[in-house]
Amino acid sequence: MEPVVVAKNLTKSYTKGLRALDNVSLTVNQGKVLVVMGPSGSGKSTLIRTFNGLETFDKGELNILGIKVDSTHDEKKIQKIRRRVGMVFQQFNLFPHLSILENITLAPVNVQKRRRAEAEEYGMYLLNQMGIDSHAKKYPSQLSGGEQQRVAIARALALKPELLLFDEPTSALDPERINEVLDAMRRLAEQGMTMVVVTHEIGFAKDVSDQVLFMDSGKVIETSPPNIFFSNARHERSRKFLNQLDKH
Amino acid sequence: MKINQKLFFQLGIVILFFGLIGILINNLTINLIRTGLGINFSWLFKPASFALAEHPLPYSSSDSYAWALFIGWLNSLQVIVSSLLLATFLGILVGFARTGKNSLLGIISAGYITIIRQTPLLLQLMFWYFVGFLGLKDNVLIHIKDIFIISNQGIELSGFKLSSEFSALLLGLSIFTSAYIAEVIRGGILSVPRGQWEAYRSLGLSERKGLISIIIPQALPAIIPGLTSQYLNLAKNSTLAIAVGYSDIYAINDTIINQTGRAIECFLILLTSFLLLNLLISNSMEIINRIIINSRKYN
Repeated sequence: MEPVVVAKNLTKSYTKGLRALDNVSLTVNQGKVLVVMGPSGSGKSTLIRTFNGLETFDKGELNILGIKVDSTHDEKKIQKIRRRVGMVFQQFNLFPHLSILENITLAPVNVQKRRRAEAEEYGMYLLNQMGIDSHAKKYPSQLSGGEQQRVAIARALALKPELLLFDEPTSALDPERINEVLDAMRRLAEQGMTMVVVTHEIGFAKDVSDQVLFMDSGKVIETSPPNIFFSNARHERSRKFLNQLDKH
Repeated sequence: MKINQKLFFQLGIVILFFGLIGILINNLTINLIRTGLGINFSWLFKPASFALAEHPLPYSSSDSYAWALFIGWLNSLQVIVSSLLLATFLGILVGFARTGKNSLLGIISAGYITIIRQTPLLLQLMFWYFVGFLGLKDNVLIHIKDIFIISNQGIELSGFKLSSEFSALLLGLSIFTSAYIAEVIRGGILSVPRGQWEAYRSLGLSERKGLISIIIPQALPAIIPGLTSQYLNLAKNSTLAIAVGYSDIYAINDTIINQTGRAIECFLILLTSFLLLNLLISNSMEIINRIIINSRKYN
């Protein structure tokens, strides 16, 4: 079966000498979870944002679900990808002027042209899965951060995506709210969802991921299974980073 | 600050304020006594005996000053309301072009805004009148089968005529105000967090749909107050009509002052007219603002 994500030599530079992405290559197979780790500014957010066209790149090639994109950033192809890939952001980015259920049904009704009743029914099912169906009529500002992030996951799931991207989904949450979001993500992984997750959550990476990709200064330093990465990382730079994380 | 000190300052301000008003009233009384006129409005019902080039209602020089003033008020209202609509339309176009993805449109609209905002309105009105319309002499600029004609006679759209004075004022006021409205709209759009764009894009929504359903509803509360103040400015700026010879309320008041010498009464009439007009505008905008805020069910 064809891999869900294939990146070949992705390169993006902001100014001369400073590279956000430096020759990044990776593969994510169907049903696998890839965790991307690295210090801030290492390019991990930039990397996953190229997967659904929120960021452009200068060189290299991407193949997302069989759709090939290069540095020309073809709008039509990007649009096709976005209909099949869901994304969850650090700051939730829910639409504050729409109710929770409206947030979820907006894309199915407008992008997939599904009937509203059908979209609402599926939306309620997703909210139920996330344990927040009682909030369907409320507005985002009435919910806690953890609840908002679970709504954001439900919103991303509403288009029945074949790939989910998570950009530091728990970094903006209170510590006691982190687990409710991680648990929801764990369940998605168990159901066989293909996921790319940028996170600092070691516990999640250890339990859920199939591979850990470690980045620094836009480069991939190493890609290892979690049991190797966290106990016996191959690269000196990775071990240094993990030591820093442990101290927190 | 101690309470005593506060009281002292406030008292000082009150004395200063009433002192100033007292001086003005004193000056006025002295002048009225000197000229022997007194304040009196009975002249309003005498025949105006001047002609008006434009009158939306029947008017002849034997009609009263009051009727002439009312015609002037209607003329003002006409040019203000139509400029307001045109300025809003142009402002929205330029504002969106300025914020949009297309860099060429962005540069053009930035240039438009810069040129329009950096030159005086009076100059622009003169430009549209003398260069834009009268400059056409006997030539016709655009002539499409008697349906749409632009000439030194003004603009004619299938039998519906706009004089060159009205057209120059309409264009001048609309274009001038549209540059400011464009900036108000740009500010409103930029006040919406970046993440909202990324969220609708990542859901596969089109740019148009995202703008209409996500960005504009969140930008409106930031746009309305700025828009109101631009509308009020437009209404006040319409008094520059006198420069291109359009008979608005200010121009007619000016003629009446010259004929009757009733400057104080005329200024009172003018002040009241604009106060009423602008109260109408700002209250209508306040109602729109309330509707938008009340339709928001979030904070």
